[in-house]
Amino acid sequence: MSEIATLKIWRGPDKTAGRFESYEVPYERGQSVLDGLRWIRVHKDPTLAFRYSCINANACKECMMEIDGETIYACTTRLEPRAMTVGPLGNKKLVRDLVTEIAPPQERLRLK
Amino acid sequence: MTEPLRAETDVLVIGSGAAGMYAAIEAARAGCHVMLIDRSLIGRGGATVMAQMTVAVALGSETPDHWSHHYHDTLAAGRGLCNESLAQLLCEEGPACIEEMDAWGVGWARKDGRITAAFAPGHDRPRCVYVDFLNTGPAVSKTLRSVVNKTAGIDRAGDLCVVDLTKSDGTVTGAAAWHVGSGAPVVISAKATIVATGGLTRLYRRNSGSANMGGDGYAICLRAGAPLIDMEFVQFFPIGHLAPRLIGMDPIMWDPFRYKLGGRLLNGRMEEFTQNYGVPEDGRYIITRDVGTYAILKEVEAGRGSPHGGAYLSFQHCSEATLREAFGPVIDRLEKNYIDLTKMPIEVAPIAHYHMGGVAANARMETDVPGLLVAGEAVGGANGANRLSGNAITEALVFGRQAGRTAAARVKAMRAPVPPDARETLDLLRGEERKDAPNTAEMLQALQATMADDVGPLRTQAKLERALSHIGELDAALGARPFGVAEPFDLTRLDWLDLRNMVMVARVVAQAALLRTESRGAHQREDLPGMLPEWRVNQVARLKDGRIEISRMPAAPIEVAAQ
Repeated sequence: MSEIATLKIWRGPDKTAGRFESYEVPYERGQSVLDGLRWIRVHKDPTLAFRYSCINANACKECMMEIDGETIYACTTRLEPRAMTVGPLGNKKLVRDLVTEIAPPQERLRLK
Repeated sequence: MTEPLRAETDVLVIGSGAAGMYAAIEAARAGCHVMLIDRSLIGRGGATVMAQMTVAVALGSETPDHWSHHYHDTLAAGRGLCNESLAQLLCEEGPACIEEMDAWGVGWARKDGRITAAFAPGHDRPRCVYVDFLNTGPAVSKTLRSVVNKTAGIDRAGDLCVVDLTKSDGTVTGAAAWHVGSGAPVVISAKATIVATGGLTRLYRRNSGSANMGGDGYAICLRAGAPLIDMEFVQFFPIGHLAPRLIGMDPIMWDPFRYKLGGRLLNGRMEEFTQNYGVPEDGRYIITRDVGTYAILKEVEAGRGSPHGGAYLSFQHCSEATLREAFGPVIDRLEKNYIDLTKMPIEVAPIAHYHMGGVAANARMETDVPGLLVAGEAVGGANGANRLSGNAITEALVFGRQAGRTAAARVKAMRAPVPPDARETLDLLRGEERKDAPNTAEMLQALQATMADDVGPLRTQAKLERALSHIGELDAALGARPFGVAEPFDLTRLDWLDLRNMVMVARVVAQAALLRTESRGAHQREDLPGMLPEWRVNQVARLKDGRIEISRMPAAPIEVAAQ
């Protein structure tokens, strides 16, 4: 029961200023990577930024990121008891950590 | 801090679930300029997208029906506390909204060319339309979002979290917000403001809503002087998924399974038990949400729960072919979660699902404060002490459309907007970073634990008093100045702003629950069982000098006998 998942997560405000940091997360069978990220916020660092609205229901489609180089939802990717690399979407503008600008331009704040 | 960004519009709509989007469409169709904002992304979060199946409406396309029958069932489910005019609006206008959604291509399930309806507990006939498979909420969200896109005059902005409504001379004049995406303050001036922010499911550890529904709309309306009603009535959905661990699926997914396939609810000894609580199901799905929740929790309390502390739900009477015909690709998704329903029951337990309480409003969706309207789950009163299955999406559509209409009428009667006074909020957002700030994510979890353990479906005076004491401690730890910094996506700042609202709303729920010295619908006091005639009253909460005051008003004279 004491298995560990090591998440190597991108931290930083843009793609040139930042680095991957490692976090050890207690592993339980059946968990998602999103569960792991939420655990880190509660137990290690509440400033870790990522998007999600629904929780593991794959309804809001907000938690898309790059996990081990694959573009995928964190809520449907199983956490595994090994090192996993979690980064922001490579083809979108980075806002902070794992958050990218994924809204269509007409659904973003545009003020004079 | 730099000067705030400023915007001006006719109608500001806060929240982009079904209610907010329908309101925006309706106001824009009437010629208004609309600004539709959401704290997350437009049309993705909230409760709508999480709806699995049923939308109650007296369409009469298969079985003859009339809105008055739907109305009768809504009032009966509400245990004598429904606001009649809101319930009537919901039932009477439901068909028109459902037909308009159909014309917009939502894709209601059909049989022989007619929109088909499922039977759901509490209804006197099949009345619930849906989109297959388990796709009602996403289809409703997507359809409305594409209509919003095509409708001229609706500006949209996501990642915009409203901190407070602005007021001048007793009138709401718009809102002051924190742009999560940039960390900048934003002031929006509006002739009419519609709060469509959904409910408060996030106050509870296990819930079926989105993570962005922490009762923020209730808090901003309360601070703007609008009263809240029926806040003690939180609906728990009895058969939320509990075990084995399931990802990529909504926890309320077993509702549609029961609509289509019946299913058997069993205790830890694999015995049927609902008959001991007055509802023999015999393979049908007829138990209402309040009774189902009570029955499961009582079995657990008596030591007859399932291993994870709930009940078993079995579809083992169904063949693989039956399951596939009813739920197609969902069966494959279950397989990926190592669940084979022909071979095993799953475990279910009550999960926070919906809030009957909310902002007091009339049937035009106007609150007590001029310029402030509400729509959808944010509105209190339509469903009394217990909501009928399927009424949530219907009320989102109907109340949204009505709020859009009323807002448009107000805009036409006004010449110029009143300049908003946002000084207080701007000053709040100017706060310096607190180096010793506690972990906000941990505080949020602590609040959810307190609410789940002590302000859940089964309550006592001792539990509620303990909860109020914990809530007070969290409030003190939160303090008056925000944590975090004015930078893009600082989640500690967002959490602080959320906690400020959540703590206030949690206190209202617990206080109202403590004052209601009886058991009714979703509010069950273990120390005070039984429904009392003298408690056929609605409780109304107001904020006065920073304190919550709760008063009583007699419920509408309802002909329907409360169960």
